[in-house]
Amino acid sequence: MASTWMPPLPVHGERVRVRGENDGNGYTARHTKPPTKRTDRNTMLRAAFNRLVGMLTVMILVVTIVFVIVRVTPGDPAAVMLGPEATAQDVEDLRQRLGLDGSLIEQFGVYVAGIARGDLGQSIFLGQSVGTALWQRAEPTFFLTIFSLLIAVVIALPVGIASAYWRGSLFDQTMTTLAMLAASVPSFWLGLLLIQSFAVGLGWFPTSGYGGPGTTLFERLHHLVLPAVTLGVVSSALIMRFTRASMLDVLNDDYVRTARSKGMTEWRVVLKHALKNALIPILTVIGLTAALLISGAIVTETVFGLPGVGNLIVSAVLRRDYPVIQGALLIVAGLYVLVNFLIDMLYLLVDPRVRY
Amino acid sequence: MAGAASIAGREPNLLMRLVSRPTALGGLLVLVVIALAALFAPWLSSHAPGQLSIANRLTPPGALYLMGTDDLGRDIFARVLYSGRTSLTVGFLVVAVASVIGIVLGLVAGFFRKADAPVSRLIDAMMAFPDILLAIALVAALGPSAANVVLALGIVYAPRLARVVRASTLVIRELPYVEAARALAVPTPVILVRHVLRNVTSPLLVQATFIFAQAILAEAGLSFLGVGISPDIPTWGTMISVGRQYMSSAGWIMLFPGLAIVFTVLALQLLGDGLRDLLDPRLAKDI
Repeated sequence: MASTWMPPLPVHGERVRVRGENDGNGYTARHTKPPTKRTDRNTMLRAAFNRLVGMLTVMILVVTIVFVIVRVTPGDPAAVMLGPEATAQDVEDLRQRLGLDGSLIEQFGVYVAGIARGDLGQSIFLGQSVGTALWQRAEPTFFLTIFSLLIAVVIALPVGIASAYWRGSLFDQTMTTLAMLAASVPSFWLGLLLIQSFAVGLGWFPTSGYGGPGTTLFERLHHLVLPAVTLGVVSSALIMRFTRASMLDVLNDDYVRTARSKGMTEWRVVLKHALKNALIPILTVIGLTAALLISGAIVTETVFGLPGVGNLIVSAVLRRDYPVIQGALLIVAGLYVLVNFLIDMLYLLVDPRVRY
Repeated sequence: MAGAASIAGREPNLLMRLVSRPTALGGLLVLVVIALAALFAPWLSSHAPGQLSIANRLTPPGALYLMGTDDLGRDIFARVLYSGRTSLTVGFLVVAVASVIGIVLGLVAGFFRKADAPVSRLIDAMMAFPDILLAIALVAALGPSAANVVLALGIVYAPRLARVVRASTLVIRELPYVEAARALAVPTPVILVRHVLRNVTSPLLVQATFIFAQAILAEAGLSFLGVGISPDIPTWGTMISVGRQYMSSAGWIMLFPGLAIVFTVLALQLLGDGLRDLLDPRLAKDI
């Protein structure tokens, strides 16, 4: 005869195994006991420590990958960087300057020590440190990323929510298809079409650049409108699809039904009850999109002639300026890992379930 | 167990099941048309892709030149078709390279508990680099050539496949038939290939379709930036790069290769979406 024993309803808190509570089918009950403030804090600190160790491990691997990338160059990286017209003495000088004359282990040690001091190396062609070169070009990239993200969120969030609410409707199908279309358009091509229509055709925006040295902030931002729209539209597809999926997950939940049965307006049910609970995965994808926008910025900055980090990376690749490429890789990947870590921490703070 | 069932649930008549999904079927048909057009390019176009005709330079689309000509009088239609060969081949080879690396990493991480943490951290670290950035850094290090673009993009997309394979392997590893194979002393490589890999194919196929689309976009981006395949080989990306200089006077030079990319990538995404719904219903609602 089947046992009528039912496990207690789980609540958030420490999970403990209870001996002897077996339903006879090999099922051992696990139930939870309410957490005390102290155990909860300890669990959270332990989880935060584990995440920190994980992040540091990934960062060490990122540094190693960045180091290895230049070493996979066929032949002598110094000779490749200086080109065929360089003398043997030039190549030897550069080898010494970049520390390429030691063993691989020594080179790695020097590289890691440099990073620990905040020294990303010297650019071969710019005559300045990689850190300075990246910092000087950070402003256009920073504003471009922020504006693109804003545009993406302004498009994606309402459309995603509405699509989920009217699931299967003509609106939903049209928007889902449009999102897929936006994700299929090469950003450089869209950028060129926008330049042709709104800059060359209508003359509303500048065709390229970031304004001269004496331009005001407003003028500089005016130069960023078309690049930001380009990146924003392309990035909005992913955020929209995540918003839709995340909202679909919660719209059928019990608390949404309860809110409706209490006679709440649909507006409040969707925005106050459903969206609030769907927001965490949406915020995650927005955070990661922000970190990944730099990838789009590389191409977009080239199309619009913006003197940002993306443009610096492309010219560094064309000139084989390896220290700049390495520095950019390290900063961008580091930012991504850091954003990921911060999102994880946010999860720990707001959602007790992920502490275990 | 439900997850495992859906992973193992391979259907023999996948093509027939695609018929029930009009968008996915539409994607597949568009893709087949594009692939056939690229394959039969010599028969479809009356001009060779490299044939110069200075007298006809910058001719707008018309009866003689369906999509017009570029700055050197070359037929855009022929170049779009021939570029399709390059882009589709590169996309396919990228998927192949990424699959080999991704399957090995995913199987090792998913099947061998001790290897899971280090391999997973390596996958995390590789995924911290934005696609294009890592690809151009690798191409810069390896040297610009078609083979190196394929290798670089293969390395860039391998971690995504590795994650999918790892996740499925973690489930399959615990299933009774794998335990039975172990109990019968079947060698581990045989278990991995015959019992695990076979049942990972569905999620792998779905992910591979999306990577195919991403690879085409990334290759076009690299070619546009001038850090990809040699400019002598026509690709959609280089065509747009050339057309950019004549944007105001001859917009068709960059319009048609751009449309070719959009149609191909959209078709692949629609197909991937349909395959995901059919083969991996757990993921269907995610993204």
